[in-house]
Amino acid sequence: MNAFRKHILQPIIDCWSLFVGFGVTGKYFCNKLVTVHYPRQTVEEENLDTYGGHIELVGKPKDPAMPKCISCMMCVTNCPSKCLTVVKQKPPKPTPEQEKAMKEAEEKGEKVSKPKAPKNPAKFIYDYSLCSLCGTCIENCPTKSLRYSSNFYWVASDRKELKLDLLARLREQAKSMPASAPKAEAKPAKAEKEA
Amino acid sequence: MNAYIPQLIHLIIAIVACMLWLALNALLLVYCERKFAGHIQRRPGPFEVGPHGILQPLIDGVKLMCKQLVTPDGADPYLYWLAPMLSMLPVMLLYMPIPYGPVLTGLEVNLGLLLILAFSGFNVLALLLAGWGSNNKWGILGAARAVAQSVAYEIPLLLSVLAIAFMTGTLNMSEITAQQGAWPWQWNVVTQPLAFIVFMVSMFGETNRAPFDLAEAESELTAGFHTEYSSMGFGLFFMAEYGYMVVICSVCSVLFLGGFKGPIMDGWWWMLLKTYALLFVMIWARWTFPRVRFDQLLNINWKWLLPLATFNLLATAFIMKL
Ligand code: SF4
Ligand code: SF4
Repeated sequence: MNAFRKHILQPIIDCWSLFVGFGVTGKYFCNKLVTVHYPRQTVEEENLDTYGGHIELVGKPKDPAMPKCISCMMCVTNCPSKCLTVVKQKPPKPTPEQEKAMKEAEEKGEKVSKPKAPKNPAKFIYDYSLCSLCGTCIENCPTKSLRYSSNFYWVASDRKELKLDLLARLREQAKSMPASAPKAEAKPAKAEKEA
Repeated sequence: MNAYIPQLIHLIIAIVACMLWLALNALLLVYCERKFAGHIQRRPGPFEVGPHGILQPLIDGVKLMCKQLVTPDGADPYLYWLAPMLSMLPVMLLYMPIPYGPVLTGLEVNLGLLLILAFSGFNVLALLLAGWGSNNKWGILGAARAVAQSVAYEIPLLLSVLAIAFMTGTLNMSEITAQQGAWPWQWNVVTQPLAFIVFMVSMFGETNRAPFDLAEAESELTAGFHTEYSSMGFGLFFMAEYGYMVVICSVCSVLFLGGFKGPIMDGWWWMLLKTYALLFVMIWARWTFPRVRFDQLLNINWKWLLPLATFNLLATAFIMKL
């Protein structure tokens, strides 16, 4: 009886799933199209939120022109395509007075406090032509300083044009941002966390 | 002698008409298929060439024709080029005995059904030659699959057709149409539902259509038997596939759906409507179901379709004898 059920009855019942499938595609056939006729229409803003384009830097909430990045090199080490180049900033040259103070401290046997280099990177170069958009850099960034951009209308005729200076890009974005910049900034960052 | 001349003229006109009809269908179906696929995936499909992309298949055809014909090294050139022609040529013949209307029949023969079944078998030979002649292991694998599949699905198809032939007592397609009434409940599909289902499933297998398109399973093989074909070599196989689709759907509508008979005003429009409805089901299925595995494909055939078709045939014979 069980064998009959398994080998005869069940396959016949399963045939119903074929009609369910027809129903699903039939419904989609009647639905509205979702594709955008690109040159004639453009994609709506809210649909761009979920678009994962090339990588870009995230600015600090208070100072959108300054990246959250701390030049820790996690993204560079983890990038499988080796398309990121981060150059740390050099510590500033100590002024003669500081040098003198340092020497004195050394002679006294005290701890020397050398001037520290600023944490934000001097250069942040990204080569889109190599990037596989795997998101490893985004996941590994301890300060959440990277995200996918929604830069979608980007065409280049030369692969050299695909090399981006992300710091410059961030500065540009900060400039064109409205006064309520920090708020606008917070939203994509949250979306990215969820993703 | 003179008595044959009108017949000869009739034949020539029929052949030319069949060729035109075949070419037109190929263009139309390519367009419909792409549009249908597009809408199921909620995109517009071809859109740029002509209004709503209506000239797209024409342009595709021109593109195919302009490409270089390449014969691979080490291939058997005769078999290699014979195959696409062999696949294409019988298709025209297959259109001849189909009654599109009371007078719109290319060739009125008593064995019309047999003619179609016999000559559609040529396609298997063409696929085998194509795979063998191209001296390519993917080609041979694809051909082996295509042959195994076509041969397997031909049997239940034949058996279900035979049940209809038993019931109507004829192999003449016009005669089979004539025996069915105008209304849907007078069609053979009501008396032979099982044969209809078996025919429908075998139809997909016979024409190498998804979900049974294992002869060209591009996710497993590189492309199947036509891997090496460029330009119109490939184009002919392609056209033949659409040609066979139209033939088999026309046969299905003649055998089961009353052919050119319809509730109001008999005529070729009913035939076209039914054929195209079936073709749309075929296209719809292609974009709905995933491809089956090869062993599943053969299992469906040998474990289900064949016993069902045999049972149906025996039952029909038994009832007819009573
Ligand atoms: S997305 Fe992947 S490939 Fe691209 S920069 Fe980040 S880690 Fe490298
Ligand atoms: S992982 Fe983040 S913080 Fe570290 S260098 Fe890359 S972007 Fe900057």
